[in-house]
Amino acid sequence: MSRQIADYHVEEVPCILIRPSKGWRLINLRELRAYRELLYFLAWRDIKVRYKQTVLGAAWAIIQPFFTMVVFSLFFGRLAKVPSDGIPYPIFSYSALVPWTFFANGLTQSSASLVAGAALVKKVYFPRLVLPISAVLSGVVDFALAFVVLVGMMFFYGIIPTVAAVWLPFFLLLALVTSLGVGLWLTAMNAQFRDVRYAVPFLVQLWLFATPIAYPSSLLSEPWRTLYGINPMTGVVEGFRWALLGTQTAPGPMIYVSALVSLGLLVSGAFYFRRLEKTFADVI
Amino acid sequence: MSGIVIRVENLSKRYRIGSLRPSYKTLRESLTEAAQAPLRRAAKLLRGEAYGAAGLEETIWALKDVSFRVDQGEVVGIIGRNGAGKTTLLKILSRITEPTEGCAEIHGRMGALLEVGTGFHPELTGRENIYLNGAILGMRKVEIESKFDEIVAFSGVEQFIDTPIKHYSSGMAVRLAFSVAAHLEPEILLVDEVLAVGDAAFQRKCMGKMQDVAREGRTVLFVSHNMGAIQSMCQRAIWLNGGKVMSDGVSRQVVQQYMGSASGDSVLYAPQPSRGYTDLIIEKMVLKNSQGQITKTVSSGEELHIEIYYHALKRLPKPYFWIAIRSRFGSLCGANMLFDGACPECIEGRGMIACTFSALRLLPQIYTIRLGIRHQNGINNYIENAEISFAVTGAAQDLGMEGEMAHNFFDDFYCLLVPYAWHLPDGKIVPVNGFHVCQESASPTSDLGMQNGDQ
Repeated sequence: MSRQIADYHVEEVPCILIRPSKGWRLINLRELRAYRELLYFLAWRDIKVRYKQTVLGAAWAIIQPFFTMVVFSLFFGRLAKVPSDGIPYPIFSYSALVPWTFFANGLTQSSASLVAGAALVKKVYFPRLVLPISAVLSGVVDFALAFVVLVGMMFFYGIIPTVAAVWLPFFLLLALVTSLGVGLWLTAMNAQFRDVRYAVPFLVQLWLFATPIAYPSSLLSEPWRTLYGINPMTGVVEGFRWALLGTQTAPGPMIYVSALVSLGLLVSGAFYFRRLEKTFADVI
Repeated sequence: MSGIVIRVENLSKRYRIGSLRPSYKTLRESLTEAAQAPLRRAAKLLRGEAYGAAGLEETIWALKDVSFRVDQGEVVGIIGRNGAGKTTLLKILSRITEPTEGCAEIHGRMGALLEVGTGFHPELTGRENIYLNGAILGMRKVEIESKFDEIVAFSGVEQFIDTPIKHYSSGMAVRLAFSVAAHLEPEILLVDEVLAVGDAAFQRKCMGKMQDVAREGRTVLFVSHNMGAIQSMCQRAIWLNGGKVMSDGVSRQVVQQYMGSASGDSVLYAPQPSRGYTDLIIEKMVLKNSQGQITKTVSSGEELHIEIYYHALKRLPKPYFWIAIRSRFGSLCGANMLFDGACPECIEGRGMIACTFSALRLLPQIYTIRLGIRHQNGINNYIENAEISFAVTGAAQDLGMEGEMAHNFFDDFYCLLVPYAWHLPDGKIVPVNGFHVCQESASPTSDLGMQNGDQ
């Protein structure tokens, strides 16, 4: 008894106030931190389960970008003779497809995460942000696998990365932030209207061609090139090429624009998500 | 260690139950509507408004102005019919959904069990699911690790712990799920009807676990339909009906009130389908207790008087009446004029026939009385299966049950109490339910339980 009382005083007694919320709410980072273990377990579950009962297993993480690269090299590189900033076309496109695949999968998975986790949302409380975040994070493993192949290809083509390679984590983070930002918008909408499920594959496809993956952004002249950074994936893809392959497209103003847009998407997405959060359990 | 840990003030929750769609008159109208609706919804979506916030929807109050306080260490049962708002209340308190109005305050670490096995993934092994489910329920990894062996042992699925649970039988999966849940140790525990899973043996194990939780001085809100469990585990009960608190107080009294209402109307009026014979109508059926008051509840062992008011449209010779008292397991006992040789010579016009059951020793549950009236040939029915229900109230203690598992008695085993005695190896005789022991060595507690004697 006395020990309990001691605990009672030492450990701060959490007090939860439950009341109807009004309007826009802030993101509760402290609470999110408290639920980091759940975040970890959900991401871990996604990774574990993703390639269960498949023949090729984790090879799918590589097949996806690799064969896209093959197709691109054939049609854009060989037949259409699309310029590739003086780099062999296969590695030019693959180095862009690796972060792109991470982004596209993250976006797809996070936008579906809430509906897929409906059973959880209806029966257990946790900050709902955990679901889309863990969905995006679980893609990091696939990214790593595809990245290993990228390194192998660089060996094959005899490309030595420059010191700029230290910036890679930053560009990965940028891809993650973009993916999550858009994912938050879409997943919150998906809870209300399942149209999102049909819109996402379409959106991803359009976005693929709006991003300089099959072609270089150097096709555009300067004011337009910076403006192109409004598509945050432009910054990510060109940043990757610059950091790994040493292309001349050093991240100038374009990257700043991309980073800003990406951050804007994340913050607005998080607010929008928080605003709709209270309705999730009732409408899913 | 006292003080209010849960304070609920005027908590209300409104749900939308689909939209009252305007009926489309013409194809043109419905086409315009179809074209406009997506735009309207999209605009609403971008403004971040809830789906269908417009006045088009029909709404219901799942919970309305519910207020109560719970002190540290109290075990409170929440009872009510389906749709009374019990789960909604738990969902709001566990923050799964927001209230529409009102507020609640919770002091302390809270855990909620609205379902067992939430988040179980069929592709993962038992071991992996324990970790995942534990994390979902709010346990820390170290906490799960330290309790892991206990959880596995409790579930009884040791051999299959590294098998994906899709290969488990559903019973095994449920046992594993409950084991994780049972090892959740918050200061405040909210439990929905999760104990109604698994086989009877496992249910008993779960009830035992719940009792431990209650004994440890934690605060528990416990939703259940098992009135026996509620009465023996909770000092206090809250009865919800239609989203409102009907009663809040000592659990035995609240349960009694609830059971009284749950057994429905004490006066039945239902012209039952009678095959070909429309000559006889049951106008009402009334239940009375030993004091002659119309009632829906009797305590165990009390007298029950059933009055049947009939209206025979013509002279009916030798109609046979039968009555069966039924539990959910089937018929328990009854009275049948066909066998008793007690039928009236004839009936005509309005009249009443009554039947008195003395010392009806039933366990606290809801029972139905089924009535039938047969044609004099003993084969054809005038009236078939007219029903009325009543509740027997009381807790295990009232029946003289003293065993530690007495609380489990009600729903699991049987309904009828008969006097009996245990003859133990040391020659001791333990009489139960007022069994009359003729030896002088027998304990003088032969009136244990029942008053309305055994002969």
